[in-house]
Amino acid sequence: MTLSYYLVLAAILFTIGAVGVLVRRNAIVVFMCVELMLNAVNLTLITFARSTGTVDGQIMALFVMVVAAAEVVVGLAIIMSIYRTRRSASIDDANLLKY
Amino acid sequence: MFDAPDLSFTALAPLLFIFGAACVGVLVESFWPRDSRHPVQLAVALVGALGALVSTLLLAGRGEVTADGALAVDGAGLFLQATIAGLGALAILLFAERALDPARSAFVASVAVPAGSPRDRELLTSPQVQTEVYPLATFAIGGMMLFVTSNDLLVMFVALEVLSLPLYLISGMARRRRLLSQEAAVKYFLLGAFASAFFLYGLALVYGATGSVRLSDIRAASLAEGTDVLMLLGLALLIVGLLFKASVAPFHTWTPDVYEGAPTPVTAFMAACTKVAAFGAILRVLYVAFGAAEWTWRPLIYGVAIVSMVVGSVLALTQTDLKRMLAYSSIAHAGFLLTGVLGLGADGEGSGLAATMFYLLVYGLTTIGAFAVLTLVRDGDGEAGHLSQWAGLAARSPLVAAVMTLFLLALAGIPLTSGFTGKFAVFRAAVEEGAWPLVLVAVLASAVAAFFYLRVIVLMYFSAPAGGADGERGPTVGVPGLPTTVVLAITATATLALGIVPGSVLDLAEQAARFVG
Repeated sequence: MTLSYYLVLAAILFTIGAVGVLVRRNAIVVFMCVELMLNAVNLTLITFARSTGTVDGQIMALFVMVVAAAEVVVGLAIIMSIYRTRRSASIDDANLLKY
Repeated sequence: MFDAPDLSFTALAPLLFIFGAACVGVLVESFWPRDSRHPVQLAVALVGALGALVSTLLLAGRGEVTADGALAVDGAGLFLQATIAGLGALAILLFAERALDPARSAFVASVAVPAGSPRDRELLTSPQVQTEVYPLATFAIGGMMLFVTSNDLLVMFVALEVLSLPLYLISGMARRRRLLSQEAAVKYFLLGAFASAFFLYGLALVYGATGSVRLSDIRAASLAEGTDVLMLLGLALLIVGLLFKASVAPFHTWTPDVYEGAPTPVTAFMAACTKVAAFGAILRVLYVAFGAAEWTWRPLIYGVAIVSMVVGSVLALTQTDLKRMLAYSSIAHAGFLLTGVLGLGADGEGSGLAATMFYLLVYGLTTIGAFAVLTLVRDGDGEAGHLSQWAGLAARSPLVAAVMTLFLLALAGIPLTSGFTGKFAVFRAAVEEGAWPLVLVAVLASAVAAFFYLRVIVLMYFSAPAGGADGERGPTVGVPGLPTTVVLAITATATLALGIVPGSVLDLAEQAARFVG
């Protein structure tokens, strides 16, 4: 079985996530795109764990999940606080700071 | 089946101290009565930071790899840890200032109350403070101290998040101009998470290329098998993640917005401590893990350093807000620091490491001082950051103007201030490694940068006071309470002392300048 398919899939997912962060305008969607990038990394890690025959990659994927969960808590708290003031989660509306 | 890893608790003492204090802070937040919580939280955070500082100083001279190879407690790591702990303690003192603002603190009374609501206006002058900032800042300091000693990319990633997540939160906690502050937090968070995803993908690719994320194993693998595409791609992504944290130019776009929007004490904290941590990690990754692949990343860092110096210096010229100007100045300084990073020879020889560490220390002290002065000059709506409001400040408050002048001269790198010694050290290290074209650009960028620092000085001393003519009241200069006074005294003294007699600290940096692992 070729593992490279998984790597390619992970790279595609990572790219979709990265492009999504750059083009989407809703803070929640941008954040979901970041999560997609992290999960693409998880897939890469697990594939490499398989190909190198070590368990390190699987353990690292668990670490990444825990960190991503912590990031969700912090991120949603920040997005909530700005949403409650502005009634909008669009990052185009947050434009007081520029140049 | 599993063996417990060897933990040297002595070598871990600084980290245990600071994380212990952070956990105690969380407990205090839960169980201590709200009325008397502020002084207790302040004490816990200060004890944690100062305890960590003292324990790193006691450990000086050690060099060992502990925690099953995950942490490298070596000279460079300890020097940077001590720098972070010391600067962190100064920043926490700035957090604690309550005499300046009639609204009692730079931090909001309750983050959960929507900005602009009636309840928010009621709380504007309340003595209540969201005291969670102290444990959060302590966790951030702990994360930074872990970051500079991590000998393993995974530990480095976890440390990166431990230092970043609290920073995202506390940059959204300003009491005044809350919309700006929240916007800064959202921007910092989204871009920070984006950058750490890149770091993580780099980690995964390096793991795939070498089968390990331990820095020494990566070095061994790159020596044995050379560098393949996978590893180089991984290295590039890792560097992107780290350069983002260090606010180096192509990855700097968050810096001005976040520095301007965040509460000024937090800006001081980020500008000083995050920079130390990020450069510590950059040095470790580049030299310990990828020292053998030096010629693949050297041109990249070379170019990024030039871009950073030019972008920082030129864009700072156009700024009208002091906080934003200092943000662009920090981007330029990141470029100068990269000059020092390039001044390190292939095997960690050369004076680049010592010079960079010294520069980080003096830059951190000066920056905290400069932001502390910014908190003093206020108008009815909080801090008066606009350049025009600083006109003629010297006539009204000669002492504040003199102290600010000292910090600005140090940032510009004028002799007899610490900034000059630091710049001289990094430039000399880079020239010794043959990077003289880079140093040429750096000197030109310094000259451009000197212009906008001197412009503020000229404005303070030789312009008519703001708001005098049209009957409007200009900004007032607040009388700082004990915490800010202490911070200003320490930073101003250090800025002068390290400019006139830098010898002992430079020697210390040189003795400390080695990596194990």
